[in-house]
Amino acid sequence: MTYVAHDESAFAPPVEVEEPELYHPKTFIGKYIWSQDAKVIAVQYSLTAIAVGLVALVLSGIMRLQLGFPHTFSFITPSTYLQFVTMHGMIMVIYLLTALFLGGFGNYLIPLMVGARDMVFPYVNMVSYWVYLLAVLLLMASFFVPGGPTGAGWTLYPPQAILSGTPGANWGIILMLVSLAFFIIGFTMGGLNYVVTVLQARTRGMTMMRLPLTVWGIFMATVLALLAFPALFVSAIMMLLDHLLGTSFFMPAVVAQGQHLDHNGGSPVLFQHLFWFFGHPEVYIVALPAFGIVSDLISVNARRNIFGYRMMVWAILAIGGLSFIVWAHHMYVSGMNPYFGFFFATTTLIIAIPTALKVYNWVLTLWRGNIHLTVPMLFAIGFVFTFVNGGLTGLFLGNVPVDLPLSDTMFVVAHFHMVMAVSPILVVFGAIYHWYPKVTGRMLNDTLGKFHFWVTFVGTYAIYYPMHYLGILGVPRRYYAIENTDFIPQSAHTLNAGITIAALIVGAVQLVFLYNLYWSYFKGKPSGGNPWRATTLEWQTPDTPPKHGNFGPTVPVVYRWAYDYSVPGAAEDFIPQNQPPAEKTAGTKAT
Amino acid sequence: MAIVVWWLVRHTLNVSPWMEQTPTEIARGNGELALPPVQVGLGAFLAVATSLFALLISAYHMRMVEADWTTLTLPRVLWLNTGVLILASVAMQWTRVAARRGQRDSVKKGLVAGGACTFAFLAGQLWAWQQLNASGHFTSANPAYAFFVLLTALHGMHLLGGLCVWARATARALRGVAVGKVRLSVELCTVYWHYLLLVWAVLFAVLLNTHG
Repeated sequence: MTYVAHDESAFAPPVEVEEPELYHPKTFIGKYIWSQDAKVIAVQYSLTAIAVGLVALVLSGIMRLQLGFPHTFSFITPSTYLQFVTMHGMIMVIYLLTALFLGGFGNYLIPLMVGARDMVFPYVNMVSYWVYLLAVLLLMASFFVPGGPTGAGWTLYPPQAILSGTPGANWGIILMLVSLAFFIIGFTMGGLNYVVTVLQARTRGMTMMRLPLTVWGIFMATVLALLAFPALFVSAIMMLLDHLLGTSFFMPAVVAQGQHLDHNGGSPVLFQHLFWFFGHPEVYIVALPAFGIVSDLISVNARRNIFGYRMMVWAILAIGGLSFIVWAHHMYVSGMNPYFGFFFATTTLIIAIPTALKVYNWVLTLWRGNIHLTVPMLFAIGFVFTFVNGGLTGLFLGNVPVDLPLSDTMFVVAHFHMVMAVSPILVVFGAIYHWYPKVTGRMLNDTLGKFHFWVTFVGTYAIYYPMHYLGILGVPRRYYAIENTDFIPQSAHTLNAGITIAALIVGAVQLVFLYNLYWSYFKGKPSGGNPWRATTLEWQTPDTPPKHGNFGPTVPVVYRWAYDYSVPGAAEDFIPQNQPPAEKTAGTKAT
Repeated sequence: MAIVVWWLVRHTLNVSPWMEQTPTEIARGNGELALPPVQVGLGAFLAVATSLFALLISAYHMRMVEADWTTLTLPRVLWLNTGVLILASVAMQWTRVAARRGQRDSVKKGLVAGGACTFAFLAGQLWAWQQLNASGHFTSANPAYAFFVLLTALHGMHLLGGLCVWARATARALRGVAVGKVRLSVELCTVYWHYLLLVWAVLFAVLLNTHG
């Protein structure tokens, strides 16, 4: 390949790329309510997800009150406890984390980071949010129906989920299943947008291998969501039919409350296979965007390119692919064929390899970096610590003989909270601190941010680290009370009380974060267009916050990858992706 | 699988993303598929639908081995329905060719014929349900019948969704909109109809084999 002497104008000029027709709203309702602008939809998803997440946080506080101080709160009965366990789990996993990462961050960041003016199907994108809101409202309605919400556990295992002894076995479970079905329909609409925008709407010069890892993480997570959610959809519909029409997809012959039910021949293990075929990719749907975002937060704040970008992409692809063949590690005690356990334990250990690769690369990016311990960086490093911790306990649980005594104990609860609750939530916080200046034009308060980080980080360790010991002792999960059990010593009850106090403190400190979000919107320091001096395209918009159409009259052309930090010989320690090469080369250079 | 991995390796490992791009490289394009986004979107949606039906078929086979499984004799009308759906696909394909040739009248006729055959198919499916119901089957008592209803209902609902796009395209064609402007909708509908015909063929084969 040869290139001749040139000046900057000979490089691809930032001409208008053929773009889809954008809908230009004229009214307030068109701009901010029934909006087709992905940025507005992102804020709608995020606010809804955070609101419902706060509900789930309160539920977890009530659960911890019961576990830490039994016999103290008479309004917490065994039924309400199980209902709160179920709703807390389902809301957090699906309605908060999935919605926030994909619907919130995906909608805001994908068009900006790929250099597009908006998503490729803006009308469908708009509808996806309103379907999601409908799903949330249906789920919240289950608190107000006779019998209350379902208490079947977030995994909704039959036959108990629809038997009369389980709380919410009438309306509660129906609303839960219908809500999930609507959620999945809405997320399919959104997911098609995210995937096709990344594949087809990238600006000139933005090859797939120049995308920031945030986009790769959200993209792969969306692919997983599109392929895995149908399994949950199918299980929800079949369970609804079992409940409403008396079919026996999952319901075996069962005697409930002394009555022989009409069901016969169904397979509860079939539900478990379908559920976990969805459920395991689901945890990666939550984790992969977090991985991508962490890579970008670390490289921006260490002023270094991410170590091993190509392998990081490969790791994301490998984790995504492998996530479809590990599901039955959630079913070692289900009574399934033990040879399945052998296969799934093997694949589970294999998936640890690309995951570990990512951890090494994050650490190697930090190594000898020009580290700025900003609040987003604190959260990103906090993520690495907590994810390693939680991931290591996953290795315990991935091995069949070790899992058998630990299954359904607090060890499992500690593990999945570390990897799914603590780590991704730390990334959510870090990402909000990082991108809030772009969304609002103001910085979040630094002092409040650091306080929020330290109390949350230390506090969540105080909650979940000791919880592993409870699990090893044999303390079961989803139990309303564990008193007067011979093998559980008094010290375990004291530990439970300590964990509760830590949980209440961590819950309370989130109010500081909410206050920071509110206060900074009005009084925060103006941020300018690129306060973090980052290279990615969302920081190169002409307006902050970006206006409708994102990039003004011309979309950017991309000349380089997203990680040109501290490039030797460069004038500054970062080179934006859309900055043309500066050097003028005389003569020809044959390669 | 090997082809996919080889393609991925070539495009992800064999590149140097940290190098600045030259004008030649930028002009070469980003490697996108040379298709309108909505066709890529349809492809992605077909992947989702394939996942849905594949999972249902797996569930069907897992349920079939349970002790209470009884065989189900499918009503003959399903063979007629299959023929009608094939006709619908043929009509859509004919419409697609006419749209590519810019033949407005043929496009109108083809769309109407395709839609009519599809509605006939859906009516036939409802008739099949009616027949099975009348011969004393209950979804609660017969898991094969429950699966039959579930599978045909989901397939029918996907067709109904397609009919929404068809309705819009047909309305525009009948109103006299230029063929070039409905061509993309016709292409999308045709691909979708062929896909649902394939899905029906697989479902029908699976449902015919109800011997546990």
